[in-house]
Amino acid sequence: METLIIIVAGILVTVAVYLLLSKNVIRVILGTAVLTHAVHLLIMAMGGFKGDSVPIVSQKETSFVDALPQALILTSIVISFAVTAFFLVLAYQTYKYTKTDDLSEMRGVDHE
Amino acid sequence: MLTLNMAIFLPFLASLLIPFIYRRHFKIHIGWFVLIVPVILFITLITYLPQIKQGDSFTETLNWIPTFNINLTSYIDGLSLIFGLLITGIGALVVFYSIFYLDFSENLGHFYTYLLLFMGSMLGVVFSDHMMILYAFWELTSISSFLLIAFWYQRKGSRYGAKKSLLITVFGGLGMLIGFLMLYQITGTFSIRETFELIIPLKEHILFTPALILILLGAFTKSAQFPFHIWLPDAMEAPTPVSAYLHSATMVKAGIYIVARFTPIFGGDAVWFYAVSITGLITLFWGAFSAIRETDLKALLAYSTISQLGLVMSLFGVSSLSLHPTITINEVLYTQAAFAALFHLVNHSTFKGALFMVVGILDFKIGTRDIRRLGGLMLFMPISFSIALIGSFSMAGLPPFNGFLSKEMFFQAMLSVNEFDFFSLNTIGVLFPIIAWIASVFTFIYSMIIVFKTFLGKPKEKKLSQAKEASFGMLLAPSILAIFIFLIFIFPNVLADNILKPAVFNIYPNLENNYFEPIKAWHGFNTELFMTMGVVVIGTVIFAFYRRWNIVYKLFPKFLSFDALYNNSLIFFDRLAKNTTSKYMTGYLRHYFQYVFITFTLLVGFTLFKLNAFSFSLTGDEPIGIFEWILAITIIIAGISMIITSSRLTAIVINGYIGFTIALFFVLFRAPDLALTQVVIETVTTALFLLALYFLPRWEEKRAPVRERRQNFIIAASVGLVFTLVALSVKSGRLFTSISSFFEDSDEKAGAANIVNTILGDFRAFDTMLEVIVLFIAGIGVFTLIKANKKRGAHNLEDK
Repeated sequence: METLIIIVAGILVTVAVYLLLSKNVIRVILGTAVLTHAVHLLIMAMGGFKGDSVPIVSQKETSFVDALPQALILTSIVISFAVTAFFLVLAYQTYKYTKTDDLSEMRGVDHE
Repeated sequence: MLTLNMAIFLPFLASLLIPFIYRRHFKIHIGWFVLIVPVILFITLITYLPQIKQGDSFTETLNWIPTFNINLTSYIDGLSLIFGLLITGIGALVVFYSIFYLDFSENLGHFYTYLLLFMGSMLGVVFSDHMMILYAFWELTSISSFLLIAFWYQRKGSRYGAKKSLLITVFGGLGMLIGFLMLYQITGTFSIRETFELIIPLKEHILFTPALILILLGAFTKSAQFPFHIWLPDAMEAPTPVSAYLHSATMVKAGIYIVARFTPIFGGDAVWFYAVSITGLITLFWGAFSAIRETDLKALLAYSTISQLGLVMSLFGVSSLSLHPTITINEVLYTQAAFAALFHLVNHSTFKGALFMVVGILDFKIGTRDIRRLGGLMLFMPISFSIALIGSFSMAGLPPFNGFLSKEMFFQAMLSVNEFDFFSLNTIGVLFPIIAWIASVFTFIYSMIIVFKTFLGKPKEKKLSQAKEASFGMLLAPSILAIFIFLIFIFPNVLADNILKPAVFNIYPNLENNYFEPIKAWHGFNTELFMTMGVVVIGTVIFAFYRRWNIVYKLFPKFLSFDALYNNSLIFFDRLAKNTTSKYMTGYLRHYFQYVFITFTLLVGFTLFKLNAFSFSLTGDEPIGIFEWILAITIIIAGISMIITSSRLTAIVINGYIGFTIALFFVLFRAPDLALTQVVIETVTTALFLLALYFLPRWEEKRAPVRERRQNFIIAASVGLVFTLVALSVKSGRLFTSISSFFEDSDEKAGAANIVNTILGDFRAFDTMLEVIVLFIAGIGVFTLIKANKKRGAHNLEDK
């Protein structure tokens, strides 16, 4: 299963990079969101999927799945949410001022 | 009793205190408090004198970074004591003088902070034994000099001069750093004193000459030697006390100190001898020659300082001959040159300090330093006139002043050069006294210009007749120096026996013969005396035809000067940097992403290929259930359709779909916390995206050109490929066992059953706290952006 998840993550990375390279603000932000998804899958796959039960200690002795990747991803989900929210507001304000959502038109003038 | 290390750090400590004192004692000039520092230090250094005279030296080590062998080793011997006394002695006089020169309207807090910073770092330079520490202090003197030159930063000239001095001296300083590192490579020690012994069998080392040249580069830039002298005249934009202190008495002598200090290491080498003596002589000549052209008194003094520094430098060059293996060290011939160099060094500080202070008085009282506008001030400012007369005559090498003595010794040393029959000196050595003599003629002329054009003749402007003598306080410091000029002439051997001779023994550690000719003002009619007489006669003649002589300078076109070279290269590099930067900093986000991705692909892909690191095996994989297949395939389809779709709504919904599918994956991976969080966050994110859609325009139908899309696709596919290959290799070839089992005892270690939560809330609680801070910052960012005022922020973009 690890191999499958890695391939899925690889395809998501391709999608994300393609979106990041486009000119539209929203597509770029979507690119970052997709990239986050890909990374989450990667971290999960790196930890492996062995173990029988959820990582909660209980009476009966079993083997747990790897808890460390889960902790890392939990942090990542929250941070990526904050970043996405910030990007969206930035895009909104930029649009309000520049009247465009095309990044190639937003290029600043040389200050001299 | 102050220890040496404390002595170095006392000025730094005092400069830290200044902001506090400056506010509290408004009514009293802060200079009075600052004055205490150099006075204490001067007295402290004087107490070392009796033992230093016996040939003792003192070391004090404070371990700083012992693992890297970096320790604060302070070392005081005769040579560093001379410089230490100059730094603190002239320092005290300059601070005293500045109390009257700078009034309350100036930013005195800044001024004295910088001045103390300089004093401390300069003491650090001369008392450090460790080359790296020395280097650090060395650069600190450059920085404090920069700050002091730019003290009146409102003036364009100040900023220009400050930048120029910093660029040139730091450039040389970096060369010196590399030179020190090379020496370390040769000997394995950073200690200057240890290097003396260790270097002897290693003089054939391939790095020896490069190290020598680089260290000299540092010394020459700092001491304004030709052709690096161009920064010093521009540094005269600094307040006059600074010019008197840094740019004539102390900082510019740091290069001379380095040459003297490293003579035991490099002395006797032909490259060293030629580099030091020839550069010194050229500087001596060129400085004196250029000084006559100047009409600004301070610029004139700057060129004269350059010239005098060249004189001392050339003497040290000649003195290095006595370390040549064929010369027995006890022959007095060339060691006398080092003696003369140190003597002139002290004399120069006295007469040049006095002259700078007088010029400062003129500037302060009359408001100009231009000799074309001055004249006839003798009657109105008799004391200033006397001081200027004493200083100038001493500089010209006339009796009865100290400059006469050291000038004669200089001639003597230069005459002795062609007695040396190595380095083909017996032929070209004749040039040494000739150049020295010609330069002395020019020195005589500009010294006369200072006195006669300023104080004699008729007042050229009306306001000059109303000029009044400066206050007692302002005259005190230059008067003390003038008295010294005279006293040293009468009792030269007091200075020589107590201070100069111990230093000569530090330059030649193996010197045994302690006989030096006592300095005598009268030594019969010999060549040196005739040379001086010639200087006076020829100098007077040229001075009389001063106006005609000026034509000579028109022969040098301005665009060929080193100043023009400096300015043009600055402009050139500015343009080069701007052009290069604007080539890749295009302002397009797409380009920046391309740099990142292409670099990633090439670097990681190449490494993977080169190290043959790719490995793949399916062993150890968990079996895949039908449910997982379905989820995986739908995610892939969703991803591809996200690229294709031209509807923004569809794209956002698909993003949401991928997010929720991943939440389902988390369920399958037995990660309930993740699944819950992902569902919540994905919901909110999708809502946010939809909200943004409300404000942002629809996607236009026009799509990027095919070429661009193809390019994007190739980059995206290669990044995806490299990513997948690396991930598969990592999965298939695990090098370490997982550390996760550590956290599985969460119940015992932290008293909680949920391992993931315990990691976040207990084991790695600090990380979580910082994460909260990130969230908080993002929140502030969002809030500020929403509140941002359009009128305040936007107009920059509108001015097209």
